[in-house]
Amino acid sequence: MGMGRVVAAYGNMVTVAFEGSVRQNEVAYILAADGSRLKSEVIRVRGERCNVQVFEDTRDIQVGDQVDFTGNLLVVELGPGLLTQIYDGLQNPLPKLSQATGLFLKRGIYIDPLDREAKWDFTPTAKVGAWIEAGDILGWVPEGKFQHQIFVPFDFIGRAEIVKMAEKGFYTVADTVAEVKGEDGKLHNLTMMQVWPIKIPLKLYQERLLPDQPLVTGCRVIDSFFPVAKGGTACIPGPFGSGKTVLQQQISRYAEVDVIIVAACGERAGEVVETLREFPHLEDPYTGGTLMDRTIIICNTSSMPVAAREASIYTAVTLGEYYRQMGLNVLILADSTSRWAQALREMSGRLEEIPGEEAFPAYLQSRIAEFYERAGFVRLKDGRNGSVSVIGTVSPAGGNFEEPVTQGTLAVVGAFLGLTWARSNARRFPAIDPLISWSKYPEQMKESLVKVDPNWVEIIREAQKFVHQGSEIKKRMDVVGEEGTSIGDFLIYLKAEFLDSVYLQQNAFDAVDAYNTMERQAYSFHMVEKILKKDIAAKNKDDARDIFFRLTALFKNWNASAWQGEEFKRFESQINDFLRG
Amino acid sequence: MREIITKIDEITGNIATLKAAGVGLGELALLQSPGRETLGQVISLNGENVTVQVFGGTKGISTNDKVRFLGHPMMVKYGNALLGRIFNGSGVPIDGGPEPVEEEIPIGGPSFNPANRVIPKQMIRTNIPMIDVFNSLVVSQKLPIFSIPGEPYNQLLARVGMQAEADIIVLGGMGLKFDDYTFFKRTFEESGVMNRVIMFIHQASDPVVECLLVPDMALAVAERFAESGKRVLVLLTDMTNFSDSLKEISISMEQIPSNRGYPGDLYSQLAARYEKAVDIEGSGDITILAVTTMPGDDVTHPIPDNTGYITEGQFYLRHGVIDPFGSLSRLKQNVVSKATRRDHNDVMNTMIRLYSDCRESRNKIAMGFKVSKWDETLLAYGQDFERELMDLNVNMPIEVALDRCWAILAQHFEPVQTGLKDELVKEFWPAQ
Repeated sequence: MGMGRVVAAYGNMVTVAFEGSVRQNEVAYILAADGSRLKSEVIRVRGERCNVQVFEDTRDIQVGDQVDFTGNLLVVELGPGLLTQIYDGLQNPLPKLSQATGLFLKRGIYIDPLDREAKWDFTPTAKVGAWIEAGDILGWVPEGKFQHQIFVPFDFIGRAEIVKMAEKGFYTVADTVAEVKGEDGKLHNLTMMQVWPIKIPLKLYQERLLPDQPLVTGCRVIDSFFPVAKGGTACIPGPFGSGKTVLQQQISRYAEVDVIIVAACGERAGEVVETLREFPHLEDPYTGGTLMDRTIIICNTSSMPVAAREASIYTAVTLGEYYRQMGLNVLILADSTSRWAQALREMSGRLEEIPGEEAFPAYLQSRIAEFYERAGFVRLKDGRNGSVSVIGTVSPAGGNFEEPVTQGTLAVVGAFLGLTWARSNARRFPAIDPLISWSKYPEQMKESLVKVDPNWVEIIREAQKFVHQGSEIKKRMDVVGEEGTSIGDFLIYLKAEFLDSVYLQQNAFDAVDAYNTMERQAYSFHMVEKILKKDIAAKNKDDARDIFFRLTALFKNWNASAWQGEEFKRFESQINDFLRG
Repeated sequence: MREIITKIDEITGNIATLKAAGVGLGELALLQSPGRETLGQVISLNGENVTVQVFGGTKGISTNDKVRFLGHPMMVKYGNALLGRIFNGSGVPIDGGPEPVEEEIPIGGPSFNPANRVIPKQMIRTNIPMIDVFNSLVVSQKLPIFSIPGEPYNQLLARVGMQAEADIIVLGGMGLKFDDYTFFKRTFEESGVMNRVIMFIHQASDPVVECLLVPDMALAVAERFAESGKRVLVLLTDMTNFSDSLKEISISMEQIPSNRGYPGDLYSQLAARYEKAVDIEGSGDITILAVTTMPGDDVTHPIPDNTGYITEGQFYLRHGVIDPFGSLSRLKQNVVSKATRRDHNDVMNTMIRLYSDCRESRNKIAMGFKVSKWDETLLAYGQDFERELMDLNVNMPIEVALDRCWAILAQHFEPVQTGLKDELVKEFWPAQ
């Protein structure tokens, strides 16, 4: 492979003079004076020189250091054993890294992402004599609750005939499970493991479908008001302290999908710790296993090298695409895409590219679009469906949504869940502001939402109007005072507040209220709707306020009672008493 | 012995460029002028050109000064001999004492492996009720004090330093006025804690590059003490000066600024320091309390804004008190009523809710509305709350503070008005 020498270095960008040829985005290793090999990626080629971004601390790099080019793009390993893992942005397993290097990360140490020793119970499904091509299924192994399918490598070129299949039994990911003979007569040994370049979307499906199935998160304001589709995308921008983290953690616990990939990209390490220490002990609400069984954590926190932060988002989505290939529904939580964009900005600055707004590179928008477009609801070649959904958080500077990353993201996502300080300061959690948030999916998912309620889309739209109306009245009232507001308007305001506090707000720390099934959401929304429609006979404003005060308390207790339990029924009948009264 | 270079090609700002071979990124260089020596650090390489950031500033540096590369990065002394000592931003003692004979360790070391982190469950007592009761400081937490010039943030920091349960206190002063430096020194000496304090002080008149080294030295030393089982509290003041130094350097390196002149990597730079806060399983820990003065009292300014995304909450110091509303300790849920008395959580919430009601009543008065009996009760309660708990001079252990909370509640309210659970009222409500 190619060779080169370091000619310049600044921060994590190194300029290399090379001989022969290099590929854009090829992986290269710099041999530092202390003997460590530092992984890096070619990001620009100019004449006989290229710029590489180094995924490690660049201390001690000298002019003249040798650089080895690998000829390969940055890849991830795919195969059984990915679930429950905690990887860094380059797919190094962090727990194993800690066995190798101790408490602190050490540069230049790379460990196989997939365990080479572990044995998997392989059941072959392909037959000798069959003709196969890239992406065909050879067999499966059990991984957690899934049948993890073993594929012919996605980059396998042409067709080949199976000449030998392994028998059912235990194999490692490196053992040959099938021998195939290509049309050119060449023999290939296929294993359970393969690699795929992270920056190239995996598109081995029949067709992409319009996302029309809801992805239930258990969070009422999302599922009912601003839903996300399976295979869809959403962004959660919010200033610090507005509850992004808690919301993300909620979604990662309760979302109704098969696989969750949490990409902690440039955020606090402490937040990941909660996930990785608690998930192994929390029960998966859908399968009874632990939450960790369906989770992969990609952890490239804020103090880890910034170039690897850029890669971490792609690593996450590539693993997601792999599991989608098995007909599973995958959700990727990227926290936070702003840190990823900042990594792009840092590198762009070092490359001395002409900056765009706030010094972000001019290609920021297209990179964001490329990333979110890797989500999708697809029909696979064997007729099954699978999906990758992406929910990304954005950390806008100063909480100002006008900044380039938020705007670039809004242009490409299907739902916008905007968190505001106004709501978080008023302790209205989740602080998703119903006045600014939107989702494009209700129309698209109309047919599946009919199962929830024949008129679900319409009644929700009515409720949204109510919220806006209530906010208008509130604004007027702030000027003219309660005295200047008619009792009719005042009741609309109180009803909107009621809807907000018992339905849009949700207590993430209450064992019952934290998560609502779609069935329960529809059930309790109908009750809210009845109250919104009811003529309230109030003597005066104080009386009206008092009525809603009591109703709200009643409803909150109802929300906190287990579905269809004794308590639940008791509170429900009390609310019904009110409605009759 | 490495070659001595006697020709500097370029001098701009705090940066000097010269030709040298076999030099590594981050390596230290010694620049010798007649009668003056200063260290510098290699920050970029381009062919045979080496760019050195000069710690002591480039004032008076001549193109024919001697430059020698030392073959190692910036180091700091580490060991028990550092206790009670004061150093400048280059790690040189400024307390008149001798250079300590200790091991040298590199600064700016690698990141702690996230897989080795644990959920912190211990509280650090400060004996300041607004912290202990309302926004508890948790081991391994990183918390900034958001304030503005003129507020007593250094006094608060010094008090936490004196009273906090920590084995070792490392103070990193950045752009510190001479008066403030003297204040810290005197306070620690007079209160008798100096023997467990290490100070790295960059004074306002010192060269700007040294300001950048202070947090790294403080944290490198803290990290080693934590690894050896010590509970370390790192106090940093003022991170705004640190960020401004970053800005100055990056502009003179001709980097493209991102927001209000600050470099695009401000977030990563701040995070690299704050993320050193850690609780090492089975060993010591590092907790960081840092001052960030907000330019123009604007929390959306890039410095407090980036800080807020990194740290685990913030204290707002306004009008000489810790504001209970904007302030937040994200980790307090890990310890409140778990590591502390069981009434802690409910008392904390009730007190704050009632105080918030009191503020509303005050607004009502300010707007000229009629005052009800309930408003009067709240007003009297608010006054007591401010005098007996919020005042920064109040100094008591958390148990006493909780008892005082109950006493204040009992003085102004009936139990039912507070909404506190019956079982807590039965146990804790003071008898008449």
